[in-house]
Amino acid sequence: MTNKFKEFPGTPLSEGDFKEGKILFYHDQMKADFAWDTGVAIGSYLAALKEGYLLGGYCQTCRKTVIPPRTVCEWCFRPMDSYVRLEDTGTVNTFSLCYVTWDVKRIKEPELPAVIEIDGASPLHGIMHKLGEVDPEDVHIGMRVRAVWKPPDEREGAITDILYFKPFKEGES
Amino acid sequence: MSERVAIIGVGWAGYRPVSPEVSYKEWMYEAAVKAYADAGVDPRRDVDSFVTVAEDFIEGTSIFDEYVPDQLGAALKPVHTIGGDGLHGLATGYMLIRTGLANLVVVEGHSKASNVLTLPEITAYAQDPVLNRPLGLNTEFVAGLEMNRYLFETGTSLEQCAAVVVKNRRNALRNPLAPYGADLTLDEALEGPPLAWPLYHRHKSKHADGAIVMVLASGERAEVLSHQPIWILGMGWCNCAPSLESRDWNELRYIRKAANMAYQQAGIVQPNLVIDFAEIDDTYAYKELQHLEALGFCRVGEAGYLTEEGATEPEGELPVNVSGGSLGMGNLLDASGLARALEVVLQLRGEAGSRQLEEVEVGLAQSWRGVPTTSGAVAVMSH
Repeated sequence: MTNKFKEFPGTPLSEGDFKEGKILFYHDQMKADFAWDTGVAIGSYLAALKEGYLLGGYCQTCRKTVIPPRTVCEWCFRPMDSYVRLEDTGTVNTFSLCYVTWDVKRIKEPELPAVIEIDGASPLHGIMHKLGEVDPEDVHIGMRVRAVWKPPDEREGAITDILYFKPFKEGES
Repeated sequence: MSERVAIIGVGWAGYRPVSPEVSYKEWMYEAAVKAYADAGVDPRRDVDSFVTVAEDFIEGTSIFDEYVPDQLGAALKPVHTIGGDGLHGLATGYMLIRTGLANLVVVEGHSKASNVLTLPEITAYAQDPVLNRPLGLNTEFVAGLEMNRYLFETGTSLEQCAAVVVKNRRNALRNPLAPYGADLTLDEALEGPPLAWPLYHRHKSKHADGAIVMVLASGERAEVLSHQPIWILGMGWCNCAPSLESRDWNELRYIRKAANMAYQQAGIVQPNLVIDFAEIDDTYAYKELQHLEALGFCRVGEAGYLTEEGATEPEGELPVNVSGGSLGMGNLLDASGLARALEVVLQLRGEAGSRQLEEVEVGLAQSWRGVPTTSGAVAVMSH
């Protein structure tokens, strides 16, 4: 379709037009600061991360273990108030190799976001995190991984208290 | 298709100036689980559609619809968030039922205003980015402009505006949900430095956190499920041209039109003969007076005198904001309209405790989306 056009209609703008002030434009840097209350369930989850372990919740009606914990089961709408400590190991459910960063820069070594189904949680319940210490070509669905934690004194009760998940073989510590 | 729509369940959480102990999701759940128990419905089994009201800029997350299903019991069900006030949400639920698309609809609104550290900066994003925002004014200036012109044109006095503050904050003393109850004098209501003169800082409602959930049902379902359905007799909403430069600051034509839309559906010709009490927007004290006039309860310029004479007190001819309004209960951002509607429901059910009005049959709730908008909605209800 594009080869039908010799010239595109419209007036193209160049970086120079902005610099020289030829166009009306308005630059604004939004000041949007939030301090979200984490609440009971996510607050407990983040506190556990600071201590270096994973916390899930258990729904007695659905007999399901979910991570992170929550105060209500989204499927049966019964209150969920029992917490369970989970292993920091799991299985890659899906992953991607990302060659563009969040601020749109091209990179040669891809970032490796993955959903990791955590051991002890019910199927389809996992953590969204990144993979590390692995050759991107070796990553595969079903790969067994373990959390790599920040040192205890650097943890702050955030998802980034886990640096990444790395592959391991059963039996290895 | 259902001609009639009723509110058959209400639930709320809050309201508090701050609420560090719960997340917004847990707030919503607390309100929802109360509303469902009140209505006697199971959201997973019974509810056909869910509507929430929220503004992404305020929540701090884009496409807020994604953050609501689990705590409302709406996973794998029709759900959508609208950028509007709670009464717009109620209107949406009303339409879903009136059109026959749904028989049971849940409407939710909440505020976690305490979590928004830069609320004035975010509110400034409602200003026109080319014509107004570059002037760098705190958006409160719009209320200053409007109030000044309103006082000028109608002869309403600062003291009459202060009387609204005194009344609503005193009403709040009898409302266990209201965090800003106070026994102020007229002088005290005018104390302190002005925000945007003639607007004084106690003439502005402070923010609060909270959540409100309502369950709406078609006439047929309401008759089966509820022993005290509150019928929505009419709903109206309207926006004016938003421009600050060519605005009629005195007569709020958009509120007048929203009210007429609701009155027409309800078959109301003279609102002050039919409506027993009103819960109306008082984000700023002068707005209660302006809204009273625009809703047709009195002529333009009369609301101040009526307030001064006590006509809008709980024992007056037309009790207004017996709940305490936003001045007494707190400004709940886009949940404010639902807070107004909630009080109407509680009063009509006879469940308003020590502030219960006697022999009320028809109540009105009205909302405004705050500065710099010309966006309002009206609901008329009866038991």
